[in-house]
Amino acid sequence: MVRIGVVVFPGSNCEYDAASGAAQLGAQAEFVWHSATDLSGFDGIILPGGFAHGDYLRPGALARFSPVMEAVARFAHDGGPVLGICNGFQVLCESGLLPGALQKNRGLTFLCQATTLVVTSTDSVLTSAATLGQELVIPINHFSGAYTCDDATLRALRENDRVVLRYKENPNGSRDDIAGVANGAGNVVGLMPHPERAMSTLLGSADGRVLLESFVTSNVTSNVAVA
Amino acid sequence: MSRAAEPLHRALGLTDDELEEIRRVLGREPNHLELALYGVMWSEHCSYKSSRIHLRRLPTEGSHVLVGPGENAGVIDAGDGIAVAIRIESHNHPSAIEPYQGAATGVGGILRDVFTMGARPLAVMDPLFFGDLADARQRWLVEGVVAGISGYGNSVGVPTVGGELTFDDCYATNPLVNVLCAGAMPVERLVLGVASGVGNLAVLLGSSTGRDGIGGVSVLASAGFAGDDGAVSLDDAKRPSVQVGDPYEEKRLIEACLALLDGGHVVGIQDLGGAGIVCATSETAARGGVGMDVDVTAIALREPGMQPYEIMTSESQERMLAIITPESWPAVSALCAKWEVRATVVGHVVAPIPDANGTLVGMLRVRRGLDGEVLAEVPASSLAHEAPLYDRARRRPANLDALRADDPSDEPVGSANDDLLDLLVDPAWVYRQYDSQLFLNTVVGPGRDAALLRLAGPGLPHSERGIALSTDSNPRWCALDPRAGTALTVAEGVANLACVGASAKAVVNCLNFGNPEHPEVMWQLSEAIDGMAEACDALGLPVVGGNVSLYNESGGHDIDPTPVVGLLGVVDSLVAPPPGWDWTTGDALVLVGSRHAAGPDAFPLGGSRWATRRGRRGGRVPPFDATLLRATFAFVTGEVARVCAGVTSDVTAVHDVGGGGLAGALAEMAASTGVGVTILDLEGHAELFSEFPGRFVVTTSDLRAFSERARGAGVAIVHLGDVGGDRLVLANYVNLSVSQVAARRGAALTTALALRA
Repeated sequence: MVRIGVVVFPGSNCEYDAASGAAQLGAQAEFVWHSATDLSGFDGIILPGGFAHGDYLRPGALARFSPVMEAVARFAHDGGPVLGICNGFQVLCESGLLPGALQKNRGLTFLCQATTLVVTSTDSVLTSAATLGQELVIPINHFSGAYTCDDATLRALRENDRVVLRYKENPNGSRDDIAGVANGAGNVVGLMPHPERAMSTLLGSADGRVLLESFVTSNVTSNVAVA
Repeated sequence: MSRAAEPLHRALGLTDDELEEIRRVLGREPNHLELALYGVMWSEHCSYKSSRIHLRRLPTEGSHVLVGPGENAGVIDAGDGIAVAIRIESHNHPSAIEPYQGAATGVGGILRDVFTMGARPLAVMDPLFFGDLADARQRWLVEGVVAGISGYGNSVGVPTVGGELTFDDCYATNPLVNVLCAGAMPVERLVLGVASGVGNLAVLLGSSTGRDGIGGVSVLASAGFAGDDGAVSLDDAKRPSVQVGDPYEEKRLIEACLALLDGGHVVGIQDLGGAGIVCATSETAARGGVGMDVDVTAIALREPGMQPYEIMTSESQERMLAIITPESWPAVSALCAKWEVRATVVGHVVAPIPDANGTLVGMLRVRRGLDGEVLAEVPASSLAHEAPLYDRARRRPANLDALRADDPSDEPVGSANDDLLDLLVDPAWVYRQYDSQLFLNTVVGPGRDAALLRLAGPGLPHSERGIALSTDSNPRWCALDPRAGTALTVAEGVANLACVGASAKAVVNCLNFGNPEHPEVMWQLSEAIDGMAEACDALGLPVVGGNVSLYNESGGHDIDPTPVVGLLGVVDSLVAPPPGWDWTTGDALVLVGSRHAAGPDAFPLGGSRWATRRGRRGGRVPPFDATLLRATFAFVTGEVARVCAGVTSDVTAVHDVGGGGLAGALAEMAASTGVGVTILDLEGHAELFSEFPGRFVVTTSDLRAFSERARGAGVAIVHLGDVGGDRLVLANYVNLSVSQVAARRGAALTTALALRA
């Protein structure tokens, strides 16, 4: 069975939802406390949403110093799939595992609402099972969700096909409508929307399934050895 | 402060008679610290001394009620081994002075009330009341309160799933910020705030104790604003009584406390809210019939030089008091260390001692060092439960008959198109700022008749059930007739639950009223409680908890009586969403329930939003008639519950006729779906805007089948018209394009707030 580690920082609050999303797709989800230093045995790591360390200073700024982040960096370096959702995306950017940064929404208020995303690259552990141009209804839930980066980074993201998801209608002022990006190898992905909140039509949308399905199955064939 | 010449007890909010009573209880003169303890514990906010004799008239019994009023939260058995805790509170005066922190700490406080019972908080609702947004201060209050709820609630990780937004001039100087929380637990985790076991330890968990919020319950919450301008001129004097919240501390406190309860490490647990440590220690000791020694030197402080009375009465947020056995201390300490939550032994449970008559009395002793000097020694129960009760004078307002006689039925009709557009407000700007989805339970979120959630959460047994929550109020009705108005408000809540297929199971109330020393206010309060009791009895609903917020006045002007009714309902099988508001072209539009109100007026307009916008605040309120309501509620609940259970149904949309009347309900549905409706015939203009509850707008794809089911249930229906087209046509009164209706409704709030849409 695929084992997914869901990292829990003090202040995380979407860890149960992320674990539930992975479990609904047949994975075994386990919580990993932020002081952990060993991620061996996991097939993938999710950094869930929430307010790690209270988002003090700025989102992700303290979480990058939690001991687990060195282990996450090694796991990613060795090719292991890593997914940052919302606050997890912010942590990955602060940690330098993904380029760019998330700043306050254009309207300077928190936004919890449905958005339509467009799959703009299928070359990542989050989007491999989706189709290019596919539209997915997935909610956002953030205050600091406006993706930003410098011109050179944006050029590189575009040229290397690293923007995996864009907003159809930009809700928060993200540069180039970016909702999610991947690293060069495609095994580290971050996005502000919450695919784990779009797993069931009872709750409004099941469009997140294709993303998490991609993620939980991404390591099955390659089966990266984690030292 | 100008109180230098005042005797100490009066400066602390105690009357001369109350001082005499303290002398009688103690058999001696109280010292200053003891007076301070009584000052906060005998405040209106803590003791309910003006309202308690009336609250006794509310029904509280039910076979599914596990915990009724008097504990930190009410608890019902929701089935499948799951208990649901629910509580409502007000944070009105703090929010008037410091809207962000006032609202934020209101959320924090209500969460602690729920998780102290062992329940994980799963949903918050926020009924909010402000003055007219043309006033810049109101806009500042709205933005601050909403930002405070958003900032605290989202971060602490509890979804905010609904609420209410009311604008009325009577709140201009005294806004109301109420907050309801529901949580769930495995039945066996239910725990009460009781101290027991001599030698057990009292452990303070969470934040250090500072000078914030000292006297919050007495100085701030149990007195009105003296000036005509409400909080404006009092900002500086009372701001130190407002607490400051830290959602990150609270989040860790929730996780640590639930872990302590899961591990069986706790004998009793109680949150620290109003009146701080003295409240938590005296209440837990009094409930357990034991005494407690508290060491003021053991309490971690935020600043040096704090006096014992400040330490004992501070309302610093994010603190809990746990009673544990000495043997469990290592485990408690380790769990708290994991969650980075401070845990300090600050006292212990001691045996009660015999008084002069030989009766055993649990004493609260405040000491300097656990075996050190005794600074205060008073019977715990005298603080917690034995404040003097007042049967304050009540008087029917002298102008009531004149007010009722001024019925708006003679108001010129004017343009129903313009009136309808003016009434519509989409609260999305507010609720978009709230995380309404966390825990993957929210089937129907904010902005609809009621919130509907799956009954699921971390650590809960599997269940297919759902819970529904609504909050309702109608101060316009209650000003004209507090008894009928409150009863109709309860009915409105039950109607809202019916729209999402839920059967009402329990009521909580937040009774926001003016100054209880005004006999007219006490009359309103007493009448409102009778109306609530009447409706709850008739509809079979127990009241499991509540809050009374008095002294909502400024410059001698009281707010309109504002009883807020929170309702908890259960859906037995929730596997599909309820129909909601989204009708489709070709559906038949049906009015379900009695078309006409009980009483002399078929379509009463007294207290309606339409009349209020015309400046007509008088008139007649329809009587509460349970026989008309019960069958309709049961029928609609059943129709929607079938859809929720996954049964194929011809019912395509359901909405209750409430604020804004029939026209308001239809406009909301048209705006929601983008499809129009045409009604050929109405019984006059008043039918558009009359707001009496018990009517539902239902659309069906099979009118014949629906009619037969309604007839079988003995419920009246009228086929009003048909869905389709792009215009809202209501007889010859309203003819508007749906896109215009949607645009006006969508922009109303941001336009009034002068914000970019």
